[in-house]
Amino acid sequence: MRSKIYGKPGDRVFTALLVVLGLTVMLVAALMAWELGFGGREAFRAFGFWGFLRGTAWDAVAEQFGAWPFLVGTLITSAVALALAFLPALAAAIAVAEYAPRWLGELVAYLIDLLAALPSVVYGLWGIFVLVPLVRDHVEQPLFLWSAEHAPALMGVLGPPTGIGMLSAVLVLALMIVPYASSLARDAIRLVPRSQREAMYALGATRWEVVRRVVLPYARGGIFAGVILALARAIGETMAVTMLIGNSGQLPYSVFGPAATMASVIANEFAEAEGGLQLSSLLAVGFLLMLLSLAVNLVADFILRRMSVGEGRK
Amino acid sequence: METENLTVYYGKNAGVRGVSLPVYDRKITALIGPSGCGKTTFLRALNRMHDLNPIVRIEGRVLLDGEDVYAPGVDPVVIRRRVGMVFQRPTPFPTMSIFENVVAGLRLVGIRERDRLREVAERSLKAAALWDEVKDRLNDPAVGLSGGQQQRISIARALAVEPEVLLMDEPTSALDPISTQAIEDLLGELKEQVTIVIVTHNMQQAARVSDRTAFFLDGEMIEFGPTERLFTNPADERTEAYITGRFG
Repeated sequence: MRSKIYGKPGDRVFTALLVVLGLTVMLVAALMAWELGFGGREAFRAFGFWGFLRGTAWDAVAEQFGAWPFLVGTLITSAVALALAFLPALAAAIAVAEYAPRWLGELVAYLIDLLAALPSVVYGLWGIFVLVPLVRDHVEQPLFLWSAEHAPALMGVLGPPTGIGMLSAVLVLALMIVPYASSLARDAIRLVPRSQREAMYALGATRWEVVRRVVLPYARGGIFAGVILALARAIGETMAVTMLIGNSGQLPYSVFGPAATMASVIANEFAEAEGGLQLSSLLAVGFLLMLLSLAVNLVADFILRRMSVGEGRK
Repeated sequence: METENLTVYYGKNAGVRGVSLPVYDRKITALIGPSGCGKTTFLRALNRMHDLNPIVRIEGRVLLDGEDVYAPGVDPVVIRRRVGMVFQRPTPFPTMSIFENVVAGLRLVGIRERDRLREVAERSLKAAALWDEVKDRLNDPAVGLSGGQQQRISIARALAVEPEVLLMDEPTSALDPISTQAIEDLLGELKEQVTIVIVTHNMQQAARVSDRTAFFLDGEMIEFGPTERLFTNPADERTEAYITGRFG
């Protein structure tokens, strides 16, 4: 039986409004997916879905297109950037929430969050003018010279020491995603109830033992959510990566060499795409990127449900 | 254990003023008084829990086996191992099993031997009168237990590290009458092994379980004596007014 309160006209209007607005969001998302999939139909028809996905050639002249190098480029850059960013982000969150005096913690938290507000083109510029020369002169060049003398076999892995390539892109990407992982972890750590900490202190725990045995396990859901947000951000990041990664359509031969990600190839080639098939292939890459993001989010949500503790449990 | 002229400041205000209280070994000492009278503040000063709050300042002495726990160079971590605590609300660690909850304090001191941990877990759970209820599901999450069982987990956890003194801050106030009864029965057995200081809102509870009672009012200890004497023949008229229900 419907209770009378739901019958009020104001409630009905509001409910209808919410439903319509909510459906609009879903509709727009579905429309985007359809638009990308439909736009990419020529490519999928020419190479087959799996053929396009697994194809390693990206050649506008020969009209051969495959997304595999970009898929690999996206997965490697995102995974490595996340691996690099995770511990510093978590350490910063613990330091800010547990160890630093309040004013210092607030200041550091603010500065970390500010990293998320910088436009990614600024990261790209910083990468080109600061990081790339550093990587070139202090990492790649010495390695190159050393290997030329002692281990010529390594030279194929190192490639020419230009500084532009996956290494620089990954480093900048790692820096860019730190605030996402860190701020969610920080919030989760702050939400751990005082009673939980006190219970562990009362057993004779030191501060670090309380963090390790109570705070981190309790906050693991939020920490993981931050990791996923950071990963999603890394997968989709376009501008800075495009500026630094070298934009090669070949399968990357090593982390020192040039590569491209799904997002970067779209940004890089869209304006100059010649012919219907190249354009369609780019849209198809966009469609695959959307599928990848969806898959990451679904898996993350599944894991998150199992990890969450306490009030936050879904 | 005893306190000498203990004063606890929150910022500029004294939450507890000049309390000197002897805590007799292997006896239960109850702290009673109206809300905000400082009994919990006093209790938390006994195992240096106030150290976690930077605005709190302590004056006076808390003697454990004749040594001041606030003396320079004394490690609060060591004090808390010797003086355990059970809180108002059950605080099982939600990511740990029943077993891991009980042996959490032993893990802290680096005990890893499975047999030893099992033995202590069994002894502690028996002491907390919970063994029979959980012995077949030690690896289940502790948060799946009822409130009363969770509170007995908290007690078992505190007992597992074999403290000399156990501080209890209204341990039954969040529990139903049956669980309360179970924990009160438990206290009588526990005092054979451990000295207990219990804060309670409930005067009947103090009268039922304790050997000595201290009455607190506005941060001061008004009266202290054998429980029976304090409840039947209070020396101070404020104590009498409180226990006869005229305020509080």
